Formats: sequence, C-alpha cells, structure tokens
Amino acid sequence: MNSVSECFEHLRSHARCALIPFVTAGDPNLEVTAKALERLDQSGADLIELGVPYSDPLADGPVIQAAATRALQRGTKFEQVLEVVQQVSPRLRSPIILFTYYNPILNRGIDSFLQQIATAGVKGLVVPDLPLEEAEVLLKPAIDHGIELTLLVAPTTPKERLVAIAQQSQGFIYLVSTTGVTGMRAQMESRVKDMILELRSVTDKPIGVGFGISQPEHARQAMEWGADGVIVGSAFVKRLADSSPEKGLQDMADFCRTLKAAIAPN
Amino acid sequence: MTTTPLRPSSQPTSSAQRPDALGRFGKFGGKYVPETLMPALAELEAAFYQYRNDPAFQTELQGLLKDYVGRPSPLYFAERLTTHYARPNGTGAQIYLKREDLNHTGAHKINNALAQVLLAKRMGKQRVIAETGAGQHGVATATVCARFGLKCVIYMGVHDMERQALNVFRMKLMGAEVSPVEAGTGTLKDATSEAIRDWVTNVETTHYILGSVAGPHPYPMIVRDFHTVIGEETRVQSQEKWQGLPDILLACVGGGSNAMGLFHEFVNEPSVRLIGVEAAGEGVQTGKHAATLTHGRVGVLHGAMSYLLQDEDGQVVEPHSISAGLDYPGVGPEHSYLKELGRAEYYSVTDQEALNAFKRLSQLEGIIPALETAHAIAYLEVLCPQLEGFPRIVINCSGRGDKDVQTVAKLFDATEKS
Repeated sequence: MNSVSECFEHLRSHARCALIPFVTAGDPNLEVTAKALERLDQSGADLIELGVPYSDPLADGPVIQAAATRALQRGTKFEQVLEVVQQVSPRLRSPIILFTYYNPILNRGIDSFLQQIATAGVKGLVVPDLPLEEAEVLLKPAIDHGIELTLLVAPTTPKERLVAIAQQSQGFIYLVSTTGVTGMRAQMESRVKDMILELRSVTDKPIGVGFGISQPEHARQAMEWGADGVIVGSAFVKRLADSSPEKGLQDMADFCRTLKAAIAPN
Repeated sequence: MTTTPLRPSSQPTSSAQRPDALGRFGKFGGKYVPETLMPALAELEAAFYQYRNDPAFQTELQGLLKDYVGRPSPLYFAERLTTHYARPNGTGAQIYLKREDLNHTGAHKINNALAQVLLAKRMGKQRVIAETGAGQHGVATATVCARFGLKCVIYMGVHDMERQALNVFRMKLMGAEVSPVEAGTGTLKDATSEAIRDWVTNVETTHYILGSVAGPHPYPMIVRDFHTVIGEETRVQSQEKWQGLPDILLACVGGGSNAMGLFHEFVNEPSVRLIGVEAAGEGVQTGKHAATLTHGRVGVLHGAMSYLLQDEDGQVVEPHSISAGLDYPGVGPEHSYLKELGRAEYYSVTDQEALNAFKRLSQLEGIIPALETAHAIAYLEVLCPQLEGFPRIVINCSGRGDKDVQTVAKLFDATEKS
C-alpha cells in the first residue's frame, strides 16, 4: 500500500481524480466496518477515510454524528478500530486516512498515538479541530512516523492563510467546500470553483474537495473544476445505516461504482 | 522533536498579559476549532482590541451597565449568615455577598452579553446565537438582542429546557428562538456543540455570544474582561467599607465566568485567597458529577485545552449536577492555569449540600440564590470552621434562584414524603 501522496501522484499521472469514501468505524459494528473497507476498495475507491467515533464531533452534521453515537453506544474503542485497520489494510489497494478529533490523540500522547496508527497501517491523518496554529505539534512528529497529516482550508480562509496551510499540509489539501459541517446538500456552491482555482494558484499539491458532496453530479462538477480528489462521507454512512448490513454494504458498493464512473475521464 | 518556538518560561507579572498572543494561559487555551471559524475568531479578536478602549464604545457600554443593567451591584454584608458561622468565642468570617443576582435578568451573565452585542453590532452582524445551560446566559442574550433588534437563536439541551422552563418562556417572550438540542444528555455541553455547528455554518452573518470563559481564544479573554467589572466594583466597595481588600473570594465554577469576573482583579494581590467551587453532583465517587478541575484530566473541548471529564479512550464523559449552569464537563482554560499555578484553589460540593445552602441563604438572609450560586454558599460549611479571626469573605452571589424554585420544590417534596 502506497502513501497518500504516492497514490495521488499515480492518479495524476493517469489524469484521474481520486475517489475518497468515508465510513465511521464501528457503525453498525466493526465486522461490518472491516467488510466496508474491502468492498469500497474493490468498488473504485482510491483512498479511504476512516472516521474514529468521538463523543463531541464539532465538525460533523447529523448523519455522521448519529453514526458516531451509535458506534460509541456499542462500545467501540480506539484500539479495536486500529485492530480492524491492521487486519484489513494489507489486503487493500487504497491507503487509509484516519479522521479523528484531537482529544483522543492528546489523551494517548502524540508520539504513542502516531506510533500506534502507523503500526496498524494507517497512512494519512485528518484532524478537523486542529487548525494550522495548533497543528504544529503534530506535523513534524507525523512525518517522523511516516504519517501524512492533511490540513483543511475553508471558504472563509483568506489568501495568506491559504498559502501557509498549503505549504504545511501533507498528502493533499482538504478543501472544505462549504461553510458548515459535514452532510448532504442539494448542490455544490459555485464559489468552490474559484476556491479550487485560488488554491491551485498557490500550490501544486493535490486538492481534495469534501463536505457536502453526496451525488455523482457533485463529484463530477468538483473534478471538472480541477479537484484532484473528492471526499464523500455522509452519503456513504447513510447508505450503510439505512438497511441491514448486507444490503447496506451492497448499496455502498453500488454507490461507490456510480461515483467512480462519474469522475472517470471521458 | 518539537518545532514549537520556545516561549518565556517565567510567569507574566501582570494579569493583563494573559493570555499570550496565541491565546494561551500557560499550556491551556488555544483555538481547537474547524478552519472555517479561524478568520471569524481573528475578526472578533481584532474588534475586541479595537473597541475595548474606544471612548464611544465605552460610553455606550458604561451607560447601559448603569441604567439598563443596574450597576454597580451592591456589596452586601450578610449579617445573619455571618452570625450563623460565628464561633462560640465571637470570632468568625465576615461574609459579604456581591449581589450580581440584582442585575437586570437576575444574574451576572448580562455583563458579557451586553458588551458582546455591542461588539456584534459594530462588526455588522445581524444574527446572534448562544448556548445556554441554566438559561441565564440565554435570557441575557435574548434580552440584549431584543434591546438592539437583532435576530436571536438560543441552543439549549432538552433536559435543561425541562428543568429551566421559566427561562425558556422568558427567552421566547423576548422574541428569541429556543432551539432544542437532543444529542448526548441534552445539557450544556451538547448545546454548546450545536451552537458551534451553527456558527461554522453561518459564520459570515452571525455572531456567537459565548457565555462562559470557555471556548476558543479570544472568548476566555473577552468574557473575562467583560465580567471584570464585578471584581473592580468589589475592590472599590471593599475600600469604602473597610479600607482594605477582601481576604477570600468565593465563587461557583461551571465554565467559570462569574468566578473569573470576581477573581481577575485580585489575581495579582497575593493576600487574597481565590476559591472556586465545582459541582460534585451525587458525589465524586459515584462518577455522577461535574467536578472538572478537581477530578478531570487535561483535554480539549469546545476549542480550548483545559481540564476535562473524559474516559480512558479520550471520550468526553457526561457530567451530572442538579444545577444546569454547572452541568458541564469542561472548564475555562484560565481556571486550569490558576489551579496549576496554585494561585486559586478548587473544591466541590454535592447536590445535597447545595440544596441545604439554597435553603439556608433563603431563610437567613431572605435571598433565594440560584442553584449554581448555592454551591459557593455551601462551601462556607467547610471553609468557615477552618478560619481564624475575622477574615472577610466576598461570595459572588452570581444569580437569583427564581428559575430553580420548581426543581427545588419537587426535591423538597420528595424528601418530605420519603
């Protein structure tokens, strides 16, 4: 399994846009999470974001909040999430990016946290409540452990911050496409196009667009506007949650292929 | 290993220098928020620095604090409470109450809400949101929004809406929308998370009036400074009454705004003991409590590093207190800093001890305190027997208890029947 940047590099050399599905670990249970990772990997995912359930997910909308709550109610623990990664990741093509809030990291201690996730086979890290100023303590140690820490930029980020964040972000730059929390929206804001262009003017690093992308048309739109990757979360989490695990996995896999087709080069 | 620049290790000599430029009180504080909010926090900080010494802003604020809020609030000598705690030899603590309960809306919360709404107006924000636990901050925010004609949405946990029904009615009466939050235990933590999510979504048009000295920088600093009037008045009133400083300051701590408002003016007066009282709920050994500073570990919640009630996996633990305003698993970062410095002391009292104090103050002084405030009063039971001579204690009587009488009546009924 490649690093996050190697994966983007490979896709870019083939002029392809990365598909990055998100699932919440432990919802409905960790066995299904393990299967979901494999199914997504086989159904067109290029990288997979795995959400660690957290009690206070500030950046998440109702769908992912509810998934995290269910996972925690089932007693999902961080170590168990890593066991799943350890067990499944050797069989995956897609690098796994862990999505976690900062408190569980701080609680373990930065070095031992990074050590643990690196050993389990995690390649990338996204921490939604860790802006550039606070990320300093994590950036360098992450490199030492071979983990790429991806920083986020938002529609409200001014140009000079954009430059600074783009310089520090590893793997890719996570472009939050809307002012708001994660969740499904009817359409993409047209300003995303300008944001991608602006970001492109200050960096060569891959740009992944996320928050609010829930339909094949959104994904295609983001790709046409110049995104190197699209991140789709709530739409996957909801499909998995809405029916029996069997059917949920099937719906997820179908949806993954549909998205993949939407962003395939003409 | 770290690339963090070395910072001066010596303690700042003036409290005016706290927090540092990055919003840190020692290691506590900071800005742990989604990137979307970072520019808004910078904008708020800039507005605060621009206006806090601006004569027009100050004239408007001071005028409203006097004529609308009713400041200064009295420093009242609690004679019968003092007699109650007197020793057989006639010595004993002299107990004074800083009567924030007499402010318009019945608590200290209006000081901050009023000042922040004046900032919001100057920043051109037409919509205001806030979180509330006991409803006092929600009422204060709804009040100032009515006064200035701003749209107002208050996030409140469903459990709190039930136990503070009177305040829900007050907010609605003044034109605010009260948005119920069902997540978690339906209390202050969940309401705060939901308010932050709203702010992330509507940040370009909305100002978030955070109600405690918690949250990301610059809130702990702004809210503290807008409540510092409590301590400043206390200094002047102490000087008038006994030509000296208080010996001990006592306040309840949930997020910690009323305590910081009283303490800040005296942090650099080493002779003044600072005591914060947290909610021990059903007892700290039961796990059903909100005693963050006395039983938490360092963590990050709602944008700040501070003490936090959390489990071994770093998940935030749901707190418990009879008092909705103290029912919070975090605490303002400056309190964590004062604790770590050893400058302030923090203790906790149980629901039952607070209820006893609620009754005691009502019967001895004719003052019904908020259940939050009753926690500070309750600590006199422990503190007074330890004191020699005639030390002067100032308790922040942070709110009045009208909002709590229904809750308390039910509990007293239950006790009498059992």
